[in-house]
Amino acid sequence: MRTPTAARAGQYAALLAYLVFLALPFLWLVSTAFKPPRELASLHPTWIPEDPTLANFRQAFEEQPLLRAALNSLAAAVGAAVIAVLIATPMAYVMARRRGRLTRAATGWVVISQSFPFVLLIIPLFLVLKRLRLVDSVPGLVMVYVVWALPFALWMLSGYVRAVPVELEEAAAVDGAGRVRTLVSVTAPLLAPGIVATALFAFVTAWNEFFFALVLLKTPEKQTLPVVLTHFIGAEGVADLGPLAAAAFLATLPSLVVFALIQRRITSGMLAGAVKG
Amino acid sequence: MSGATEVNGARRRAPGTGRPPGGHGAWFLVLPALIPILVLSVGPLLYGILLAFTDAQSGRTQPTRWIGALNFRDLARDTLFWESFRIGLVWAVAVTAAQFLLALGLALLLDQDLRLRWLARALAIVPWAMPEVVVGIMWRLVYNPDAGILNETLRDLGLGDGRDWLSGLATALPAVIVVGIWAGMPQTTVTLLAGLQNTPRELHEAAAVDGAGAWRRFRAVTWPALRPVALAVTALNLIWNFNAFALVYVLTSGGPGGRTRLPMLFAYEEAFRYGQFGYAAAMGCVMVAVISILLAVFLVGRLRGGEDA
Repeated sequence: MRTPTAARAGQYAALLAYLVFLALPFLWLVSTAFKPPRELASLHPTWIPEDPTLANFRQAFEEQPLLRAALNSLAAAVGAAVIAVLIATPMAYVMARRRGRLTRAATGWVVISQSFPFVLLIIPLFLVLKRLRLVDSVPGLVMVYVVWALPFALWMLSGYVRAVPVELEEAAAVDGAGRVRTLVSVTAPLLAPGIVATALFAFVTAWNEFFFALVLLKTPEKQTLPVVLTHFIGAEGVADLGPLAAAAFLATLPSLVVFALIQRRITSGMLAGAVKG
Repeated sequence: MSGATEVNGARRRAPGTGRPPGGHGAWFLVLPALIPILVLSVGPLLYGILLAFTDAQSGRTQPTRWIGALNFRDLARDTLFWESFRIGLVWAVAVTAAQFLLALGLALLLDQDLRLRWLARALAIVPWAMPEVVVGIMWRLVYNPDAGILNETLRDLGLGDGRDWLSGLATALPAVIVVGIWAGMPQTTVTLLAGLQNTPRELHEAAAVDGAGAWRRFRAVTWPALRPVALAVTALNLIWNFNAFALVYVLTSGGPGGRTRLPMLFAYEEAFRYGQFGYAAAMGCVMVAVISILLAVFLVGRLRGGEDA
């Protein structure tokens, strides 16, 4: 289809406006992270640091226990991702292959669990975890994250299972492969990329999560990265802009890298889960 | 008789050999996920609803008592809560509507054969992947009255001295809404774009040959195909936005003077600052009820509208 030149120009102008809106706040964060204090105090801040420095990064690590917080985040996110995928994959398989009462109930739960405000969930969870002495501990947080990641994991994984033709499994059975053998050597390899993408997505959501961590983790040594980041913002509002920006930038990098790897697969997975969902 | 049942059973089993495990096998596969779901999701949700009818408080020595609907009666008179509720609705509707319109525009652009498409797609990942806390911190830097780039840009353009966006009574909520739009737009865009790419190209070309303008082509060809995706993503966005917490917690903590205190922030403070678990649970129940009604009205209205069109 030919598009008139004027319309094309309009389209490019609109696209440019979108690019500016999406990119500039992030560029400003990066620019602030590399600015020396003198430039940060300047009344006429510039886009590009005139005298870029890494001092903010060093200061950020000195001001707050970032490394320990990152390790806590890593433990919580890896634990949640691995456990969620381990227990969700078999159930997603059943949801994709059989349509019984159980499948319908599970699908209903996936939808309903998305619409409940976290407050209604966190108060009873807090009371239950307190009784189990798991409040203020990373394992307790992992338990919460696993359940929190499950709806999405089930949704995605059952979509991926549906994409594996059932005829392949039948052919393997005809050839004499047992049930377990069929699952392990036919289904699992075809499912692997989807499982990895789901696990990575669960990792990113747990790495980024703030609300549950804020409520459950009180001891500073146990807090995760997002909670520790909020400590940079003092009671007065803003403390040190440079170290704040530097720490925020570092905390984003793992999510950005992982997400760039899986974004396409996640999008297709969400739509696949919606087909005959 | 017994022979007949055997034959029946055999017949029923025969085509099932290649099928996935049923009966006990299925339960075995489901249990590892089902138990955590029941213990840590379904159970707590029901428990949370029950708590709304008690006087549960944090750190109290007396046993918790049933108080019937007293929490809800108190809540009905709690003007602060309803003000927060009103703010929450303004926030959720404004953010969801703007997210949808902007995302639709961007998705339509990305569906065209434009240069720099890859850049927009790459940039769309940034807000999606970022921790909400970092999004909040980042926009605090943008809105910062002295060192922020927004005021500096306004000064450069000669549009006045700028202001303290997040502390101004009039500007705080709009400023926070812009951040909400920024954070949620990419996900909506990517979903709508995937929906767009499923619309039949041939229909588009046929309509163009018949002389239909861009707007008519959108109304007659694109929108009908896109509608199911658009409805689903808008409904989900509305729920998520109404339940938003981290962004606003970092940006304003609900200030100034409660102007950006979303219902989730209100309930969080009630539960974990003042320890009023029962009362906060009642708030959660009211939030679920209202958002369910809103969604039902929205979806029924949309579906009807579709039949008329």
